[in-house]
Amino acid sequence: MSLISTLARLEAVDSGRAQPLATVRHRHLTDRPLVLVPLTTAGEAGAPLGALVGTDRAAPRLLAVPQPRDRDLRFAFLAELAEAVLPHIEAYADAVEPAERNEVDPGTGKKVKVEVELCADAAQLIVPSRAGIDFVRLLGRSMRFRRTVEDDPDTPFPAPARVPLLGRWLTHYGERARVPGSSLLLAATDLVNRHWATGQSSLEDQHLGALLAWVDPPGGSGAEAALRAELERDRDGQLICPPAGPATDPAFDNKLLAPAIERYDRARSALGAAEDGLDADTRLGELSGAEREIRSLLAGVLLPTWDAVWRGLDLLRELPEGTRAQDRWTRDRWSFTGHRDRVLAGEPPQPRRDDAVTAAQKLASRETAQAQLDAQEALDDPLVLAGRRLAGEAFVGEVTEVEMAYSESKRPSPRPLVTVRTEERPHLGERTKVYRSLDGDPVRSQTAEFVAYATGETEDGEEAVGLVLRIMDRMGRGKEPAPGSVPEPGDRIAWTLFEHDQRGGPKLPDPEDTPWTHGGPPGAVGPGTAERPDPVTPEDLL
Amino acid sequence: MTAVSDPGAAAARATDAILGDTLRGTARGVVVDSPPGAGKSTLVVRAALELAAAGRPLMVVAQTNAQVDDLVVRLAEKEPGLPVGRLHSSDSDPYDKVLDGLDNVRTSAKAADLAGLDIVISTAAKWAHVKNVEPWGHAIVDEAYQMRSDALLAVAGLFERALFVGDPGQLDPFSIVGADQWAGLTYDPSASAVSTLLAHNPELPQHRLPVSWRLPASAAPLVSDAFYPYTPFRSGTDHGDRRLSFGVPSDGSGPDRVLDEAAESGWGLLELPARHTPRTDPEAVRAVALVVRRLLDRGGAATSERGPDPVPVTAERVAVGTAHRDQAAAVRAALADLGVTGVAVDTANRLQGREFDVTVVLHPLSGRPDATAFHLETGRLCVLASRHRHACVVVCRAGVADLLDEHPSTEPVQLGVTVKFPDGWEANHAVLSHLAEHRVHWSP
Repeated sequence: MSLISTLARLEAVDSGRAQPLATVRHRHLTDRPLVLVPLTTAGEAGAPLGALVGTDRAAPRLLAVPQPRDRDLRFAFLAELAEAVLPHIEAYADAVEPAERNEVDPGTGKKVKVEVELCADAAQLIVPSRAGIDFVRLLGRSMRFRRTVEDDPDTPFPAPARVPLLGRWLTHYGERARVPGSSLLLAATDLVNRHWATGQSSLEDQHLGALLAWVDPPGGSGAEAALRAELERDRDGQLICPPAGPATDPAFDNKLLAPAIERYDRARSALGAAEDGLDADTRLGELSGAEREIRSLLAGVLLPTWDAVWRGLDLLRELPEGTRAQDRWTRDRWSFTGHRDRVLAGEPPQPRRDDAVTAAQKLASRETAQAQLDAQEALDDPLVLAGRRLAGEAFVGEVTEVEMAYSESKRPSPRPLVTVRTEERPHLGERTKVYRSLDGDPVRSQTAEFVAYATGETEDGEEAVGLVLRIMDRMGRGKEPAPGSVPEPGDRIAWTLFEHDQRGGPKLPDPEDTPWTHGGPPGAVGPGTAERPDPVTPEDLL
Repeated sequence: MTAVSDPGAAAARATDAILGDTLRGTARGVVVDSPPGAGKSTLVVRAALELAAAGRPLMVVAQTNAQVDDLVVRLAEKEPGLPVGRLHSSDSDPYDKVLDGLDNVRTSAKAADLAGLDIVISTAAKWAHVKNVEPWGHAIVDEAYQMRSDALLAVAGLFERALFVGDPGQLDPFSIVGADQWAGLTYDPSASAVSTLLAHNPELPQHRLPVSWRLPASAAPLVSDAFYPYTPFRSGTDHGDRRLSFGVPSDGSGPDRVLDEAAESGWGLLELPARHTPRTDPEAVRAVALVVRRLLDRGGAATSERGPDPVPVTAERVAVGTAHRDQAAAVRAALADLGVTGVAVDTANRLQGREFDVTVVLHPLSGRPDATAFHLETGRLCVLASRHRHACVVVCRAGVADLLDEHPSTEPVQLGVTVKFPDGWEANHAVLSHLAEHRVHWSP
């Protein structure tokens, strides 16, 4: 944890209110995010219990599984989820704009520009907590290899038509959520935690109710409201603020849910044992009554979380979006478009495990994204920059002197020496590179090198250090620097010790050229022979 | 250490076996584990020269530019007539200017310019960008345990066979983002190059260098027991071969007393009163700076097997090691306040592979309220405790043993991942209990 966030947490404890960690919003929010609040069954990994889903906060769609151990009902739930989620995704997939992409021409090996489609916007998915993101990933894993009647007419238990497709999309969203700074799939707790520091532990920060209580207490102290959100129960022993899921509260499971499911099971076996039509009608009524009861129980614990997610989004929308968040969202759109194209091209579902090359590529691109995110957040937000300044990774100073100098080469280029006065103590060593943003361009930056500390520069008795920097680039091709490309005395400039943009890593070999050190080319998974779907095991047929 | 065969002979036997497998063996790879200061660089230079002499085109992969430049200089010292290529990046000032003065060293940013030279040396990062060249028959990968698996993936297509040399006890490579999703895969891109290599090629011959020439007899047993319990090594020198003495007697202060203890026994622990502090604990930082200042002021002199006369311990022969960069910066500032210059102050990551007469270490867990995986990492402590030829002084707040007991390792166990022994908890306790015998209490 950085020093500045520690300070913010201390202040939060002191004041009883969350303290801002950012002055702008560092994640893009679309106009119509799809909010998904899932619940899972205790003790049954990957068995969904219910969900609220929708884009309209006033009209969530409730999906429920009255008996989560029944695989037919589970598939019915997944089919319904597909009906709720896929049209939303497809609406975005269909709206495209022309764009250009660099590709390597297989014939000449040269880079060429190719006209491609880019989705004008991408579907955004919001879940309440980080565990919700894991659950989305788990759902994707459990669905994408399922076979439908279309895939295989003889499959004994075919999945509903759109379920594997939903699995592929959720897998893509779950995987994208691992890329730092991406906004395709976000957890409300992560969003709020990025922008505010509370006075509780980071474990407690995973509780959406407690977190919002710190940020926006319903009156009085946030600390007390957070404690209430975590602990307060009604007369029946049920939490007033149910956990954000997907796990449910054991008291709810034991006291309310289990008896209701039992009633449902009884009604179902009674219906099966019905002797005549009239009897069946009555018992069907009892069954749907039992189902309604489960649905209303689930709605009762889902709705507070649903409202909390939207309240969190409201709080975040009050912050203006950071300039460079848009740039990261464009990358999300490319990722969304790329997956759309793979689905359209009829490619098989994502493999169970990445091969060596794919894993290395993903790791490299995520490391680039992380470095880029750290830089962009600091450049977008003075408060984040302040944290980096406090850590000695950036400094702000006033230019006091500019002295013209030239490089020692056959064609001397300008290398002006700029003296900057600052009260900060950046971690500068010999020839440490520092960077400043050039006006109006979110990416381009000018590089300078630290030369020496200037001495005897204290005019008003304040402790101020003079730093001599040598400007290295972005001054045009001429012998004299281009106008406006060199700082002038009186300019107040923020310099960073980190680069503003990241270079991509080297190109890795193609998977079929995986070297011997990494096991050679993936054998079973050659081109054209995509990973087989899960084989049917005895456990599949209970 | 009596009646054991001569360390020089043991080391020579190991080296011969390694060179035999490298030059005449049939395996595609040879792995050499080397404890701190066991002559790894010497081995790399020797293997490179012998491969070149055998007419095998050789590429050398090191991890940092400093390591590459150092290797080039060592090669040129040994064999001034040998044509060596230094492949470098296209940044400004990509290599040490010393190389420009070497007649048979050619430098270029393009691999094609260096084609045909006996040996071409560069960093893993630069090699990864080399494309469309004839593969080299042989490669030497230096510091292979600090190279990440994905970096090896990017360069492995450039060579047919390779010698991998490194120290398994030092810091593992790390990534700045989570890589848990690949944990347990043989080719986990965030794991070390050697673990991937051996997972896929378990039959490769593995050697190890048995003698540390750097660590004194007082340090080798501790470092070996604490960090290499299953692959022990010994020091090349015996007790009494090295001596540290001071021209100025102790003034009785804490820093002076701990220096005397360290000169006598090779280890010293300057223990400050227990307290939770920020990372840049001002008292501990000042104590570190004072110890360095007193060491230089008191005219430290080191006698070793290298010569009969004591050699003054100057600032260049002293290093300060910390866990974090801000701590290093704070120590540098404190040293500057005391008028000390020229002492290397850096983090464990940056001190890897370097050697000094005396080191002063700010203990990674000093003053902390918690013990995270970062601070417990075995390699971090191992690097900090194994840079010295004569003595190591550790500055630490009291209470670290209790802190360790309150924070047992709680990292989740990942299927398919080899559990590393010893874990940081164990290694920290081993080092602490040894240091406790050389403790000097001091309240600044």
